[in-house]
Amino acid sequence: MSVAKGVAWRQVHNFFTNPSFLLPSLLFPLFFFIAFVGGLSRIREVPGFNFPLGYTAFQFVFVLLQSAAFSGVFTGFGIARDFETGFMRRLMLAAPNRLGIVIGYAIAGLVRWITVIVVVTGVAFAAQMKIGGDGVDLFGLYVLGFLLSIVGTLWSTGVAMRLRTQQAFPVIQMPVFILLFFAPVYVPLGLLQGWLHGVARVNPITPLLEEGRGLISGSPEKTLLAFAILFGLLIFFSVWAIRGLWRAEAAG
Amino acid sequence: MEIAVLQAATLARRAVIRTARQPANIVFPLIFPMLLFAVNSGGLRSETRLQGFPTNSFVAFAIAVPFIQGALLATVNANVEFARDIQTGFLNRLALTPVRGLVLLVGQLGGLLTIALVQAVFYLVVGYAFGVRLATGPAGWLMLLLLETVIALAFASFGTWAALRTGSTEAVQGLFPVFFVFLFLSSANIPRNLIETDWFRWVATANPVSYLIEAVRSLAIYDWYWEPILLGFAVAIGLSMVGFTLATHALIERMARS
Repeated sequence: MSVAKGVAWRQVHNFFTNPSFLLPSLLFPLFFFIAFVGGLSRIREVPGFNFPLGYTAFQFVFVLLQSAAFSGVFTGFGIARDFETGFMRRLMLAAPNRLGIVIGYAIAGLVRWITVIVVVTGVAFAAQMKIGGDGVDLFGLYVLGFLLSIVGTLWSTGVAMRLRTQQAFPVIQMPVFILLFFAPVYVPLGLLQGWLHGVARVNPITPLLEEGRGLISGSPEKTLLAFAILFGLLIFFSVWAIRGLWRAEAAG
Repeated sequence: MEIAVLQAATLARRAVIRTARQPANIVFPLIFPMLLFAVNSGGLRSETRLQGFPTNSFVAFAIAVPFIQGALLATVNANVEFARDIQTGFLNRLALTPVRGLVLLVGQLGGLLTIALVQAVFYLVVGYAFGVRLATGPAGWLMLLLLETVIALAFASFGTWAALRTGSTEAVQGLFPVFFVFLFLSSANIPRNLIETDWFRWVATANPVSYLIEAVRSLAIYDWYWEPILLGFAVAIGLSMVGFTLATHALIERMARS
């Protein structure tokens, strides 16, 4: 636990004291939110767009999940950077239990996401976002993001531990980007057409988005499926990250 | 004059080869804009049902964005390499040779334009495969490539200015999010007259990137509608002149310092 605390503190300290870490994490979700809500709000007039709370709330859920996943991605960037600078090797030598390293990075990723989502939520309310759900629904929405952030961290940790270079950035980032954007980002699933509709239907992010939008509007319909997917991903990527750690240990 | 052309061509060739030797610098600018194009043209297709939307084909509407995005990516990648030249002292060594500053700039920008043009042809071919048929016909292809050249020159001159001012690869890489903000706060995803939020419409109207996108878009969806085309050229040429002037001054300052 002391290893996890030490790693988490270092990462959080770096995050808050280095603008080049803090600003991209904070600005990208905000920027997506502003650009989508400001530019595309007219989409709610498209026949068949039946989300009751307007486009701000519709996009807020996407930005919440996107920021959660990308907090994990940025954590992976940090791990890859630590490998290249040689810090990770020293950390591994010093840590009595190396699993604590992964846990420490995951905690730091969560702190990063909580910081980001507090700001994004503030901006969303300033933009007069409507809420239909009660406190329990909103809690469920943030739990979705919380769990997705851990999944993102475990995914990126596994990649960073295997590749151990900053060249891993696109490998970490692109699949997450693709999964997020090949979901019903701009319009509900029913309005997607062609190949994107087919891809979005089998994309595991789609039920998370739909559940998030259900929770914010007070009518969640895919709670069981969404949380089952998240727990499945958590188990799968925990194994992925731990095996990555073993590979890194074996590589010396 | 002949010597200057030869020197510029050699430097341009070096810029192209250096980019070609790094697969990430080739693949990413080709794939990423196409990925975003695929996502947007699938996700936003229902926009065509909005009253007043200028075309029935969203892919034709959306094809303009990869051209602008590709020019941005090419600019950032090539100028990161230029900044590396400054960091590693290559520019200082070049300053000891008879190569003139203007030739150096032309060579650097020439290499970058070559890369941007290759990308543009790729986007046109992929767009064609996706069913995009330019309303302006084959002549529109040529006009589009000419426009892309001027647009790439505009972005490139600003990137070169940043590289010369800072001499830092990280600072030039930091331009990408800035350019990206300009791209998203424009009429990239929806026509300006259909943007409902007032402040966003004002920002998009004040944003020069909107005019570049609309010029490319008009070649795809209108049959030689000259107003946006000429506006696009005017904005791109204006930006190029400002950027080139800034880059020239920065080069003179850097040469004086070294």
